[in-house]
Amino acid sequence: MVDLEYLSLNRFQRFFYRINKFFVNIPKSFCRFFKSIPAFFKKVFNKIGESCGVVVDAMRYGDWKTRLSYLFFGFGNIANGQILRGLLLFVYEVAFILYMAFFGAEYISKFGTIGSVKTETLPSGFTKVGDNSFNILLFSCATFVIILCTLFVWFQSIKQAYTTQQMVQINAKLAKGRDDIKNLGNKYYHATLLSVPTILLTIFTVIPLIFMVFVAFTNYNNQHLPPKELFTWVGFDNFTAVLAGKGIGTDAVKFSYTFWVVLLWTLIWAVLATFSNFFIGMFLAILINKKGIKLKKFWRTALVVTIAVPQFVSLLLMSQMLMYNSIDGGGIYNSILQLIGLEPVYWLGDPWMAKVSVVLVNLWVGVPYTVLSSTGILLNIPDDLYEAARIDGANPYAMFAKITFPYMTFVLGPSLISTFVGNINNFNIIYLLTGGGPNLDTSMATTAGQTDLLITWLYKMTVNNQQYDIASVIGILVFIVCAVFSLIAYSRIGSVKNEEDFR
Amino acid sequence: MKSYQLGKPNYANARARAKRASVNIVVYIVLTVVAILWLFPFIYLVMQSLRGDGTGPSLNLWPQDNQFTFQNYIDLFNPNGVQMQAGKQTFHFLNWYLNTLLIALVVAAIQTIVILMTSYTLSRLRFKGRQALMKFMLIIGMFPGFLGMIAIYRILQTIGLSTSVFGLMLVYVSGSMMGYYVSKGFFDTIPHSLDEAAMIDGASKNKIFWSIILPLSKPIVINTVLTSFIGPWGDFMMASYLVGRASDKSWTVAVGLQSWVSQANSPYYFTHFCAAGVLISIPIVIMFFFLQKYYVEGVTGGAVKG
Repeated sequence: MVDLEYLSLNRFQRFFYRINKFFVNIPKSFCRFFKSIPAFFKKVFNKIGESCGVVVDAMRYGDWKTRLSYLFFGFGNIANGQILRGLLLFVYEVAFILYMAFFGAEYISKFGTIGSVKTETLPSGFTKVGDNSFNILLFSCATFVIILCTLFVWFQSIKQAYTTQQMVQINAKLAKGRDDIKNLGNKYYHATLLSVPTILLTIFTVIPLIFMVFVAFTNYNNQHLPPKELFTWVGFDNFTAVLAGKGIGTDAVKFSYTFWVVLLWTLIWAVLATFSNFFIGMFLAILINKKGIKLKKFWRTALVVTIAVPQFVSLLLMSQMLMYNSIDGGGIYNSILQLIGLEPVYWLGDPWMAKVSVVLVNLWVGVPYTVLSSTGILLNIPDDLYEAARIDGANPYAMFAKITFPYMTFVLGPSLISTFVGNINNFNIIYLLTGGGPNLDTSMATTAGQTDLLITWLYKMTVNNQQYDIASVIGILVFIVCAVFSLIAYSRIGSVKNEEDFR
Repeated sequence: MKSYQLGKPNYANARARAKRASVNIVVYIVLTVVAILWLFPFIYLVMQSLRGDGTGPSLNLWPQDNQFTFQNYIDLFNPNGVQMQAGKQTFHFLNWYLNTLLIALVVAAIQTIVILMTSYTLSRLRFKGRQALMKFMLIIGMFPGFLGMIAIYRILQTIGLSTSVFGLMLVYVSGSMMGYYVSKGFFDTIPHSLDEAAMIDGASKNKIFWSIILPLSKPIVINTVLTSFIGPWGDFMMASYLVGRASDKSWTVAVGLQSWVSQANSPYYFTHFCAAGVLISIPIVIMFFFLQKYYVEGVTGGAVKG
């Protein structure tokens, strides 16, 4: 639709046109995403092909030094005088071979079955130590990552040897060890700064995540706990159990039912929590910053105290204040209600009331953040906009709808997305306030409660029930939910901030 | 014109002023209600912490017979621990507090450096794999952080830190690289001509980072320190899984306080919980009121500035 056509519509038509456009855009963004997947693979395979080309070229045109680099990392460098580089590469190779020989190879070789020898107590009283599936899976993941690294280093070794050879052929000046060290603060500064954090990230985040993704395809649960028992690959069984309720016994049906209920509540919660915070926070910020209101700083401080007190303290406190019993109220809020002649409310125990309380407490926790951030933005809106509007005879509501609100959504929009995704994973507020309760399933088979989000359910399953297989499936599904919403959101914002603009 | 206004009262103006005044009164009422709602839990917290007429949650704001006491605070500082229930576990609050303080300080220091280094690199330096790294971290960040916890626990066990405070520190620090987003947004806005000028003068990138970019980034440095401190100071999830299974001397405050309001402990420890809550809040409140404006920077820093 061209601009003129749009302008010729009346207000309602415009409204529906925009809603329509929003929903039409969602599949578009997914199409774009799925279209980008082949492009991604094309890029990756191109890179691999390119690298293979380098490897082949170096074999064909390289001299004996370069060719020996295939076996001995860094040989080409050392032979051509780049001792430091060559030595580092060689030390890496030795370390890798030692690691594989004494540690990695054993685990990798058992990866296909994740262990087949059960730990048994022999009649003689000795324990025959068998395979530990957990260790096998975890250290296999680590070894995979290390093998990938080694492939990369191997490629680098060949490429460097080949480049060095070419440099020597044209009598170019080679970078010596001293130059390399100097360049760590300049040309290779990114490597200097990022290497340690990346290694930490790999060890403590990436490898555990790979591990958990693998666990989703095994039957690692409280019936198969290493070191006593083994667990094995079960393919997509856990996914079908959680998503469709197919699988062994009645548990699968329960898990599936619970999953959909919890997912629904997670999404409702995220929407409610995000938007209630946004609108009420903005409303309060506007009230506080209204012209002619005195004690601005006091009002703001009253709200900001909530941020200054650690969340877990205020949430635990709230959980006590919202207690209920029918005799004396139970908590201070109920006793106040009784004082003014109302019935005490079963804040956290009643399924519906618990949901309402959680959203209310989240308002109490979250609104100050919105007030803080929107105050800054409100003060940034140029005054002449309002001046012009006033001269044109706009009333305060029109000014809000046409100036303040669009401006705020424009600035706070991107952070709204991250708040939304953050709310999907809002562990603290649910777990510390209600603990997920009241219970959803009376038989306690799934341990999920009425207010449980996917993340708290995952936590309970991991900590209390040791149902790691289902927990990993839930974790992967949380990831998918977050990714989908981020995709939708970024498609709405359209042009993602171009970072090169500032250069 | 002027004499006309003086001679005749301007009714339109007066009416507008009256209307504005009545609107303001409504606004004041709303704000007062809001302030009471928001402040009430803290007033309750402080009052309960000073209470001497019982140890469980009270239904009155004011203690009976004006029994105010500092005993709750004094108990907390007892190096031998707090034991309110005869025959039950003794809780070492002082240890929790020192643990948490140690963790938060170390993590804040390291995390700030890591985040600044990462965001500077991703914002200023152009190298192979930069986009890929950013996308990779975006994807990793969408997984729930708790998911890999059992594997992390096993890895920590391998290096012998599984239930210690240092293991917890390591876990907090290890993911810090992914928090680069806000400060990268800040670094992006520093004019690139500064770097170029310094480069022409022969400064290395290392020098540019430490002596040109960092001094210009005071707000974001303070904001990063603040958020990195508050994160581990109030974290419950990771701490409860790692140090929560050790003896109570290596707990953090979050883990300990959660056990104090459990159904079994709440009747005995609630006033101590409140006193502890006040003590925990004090460092943050002090920091917060001095550095509030830097905090706001972080909330909107990642967003597009209008």
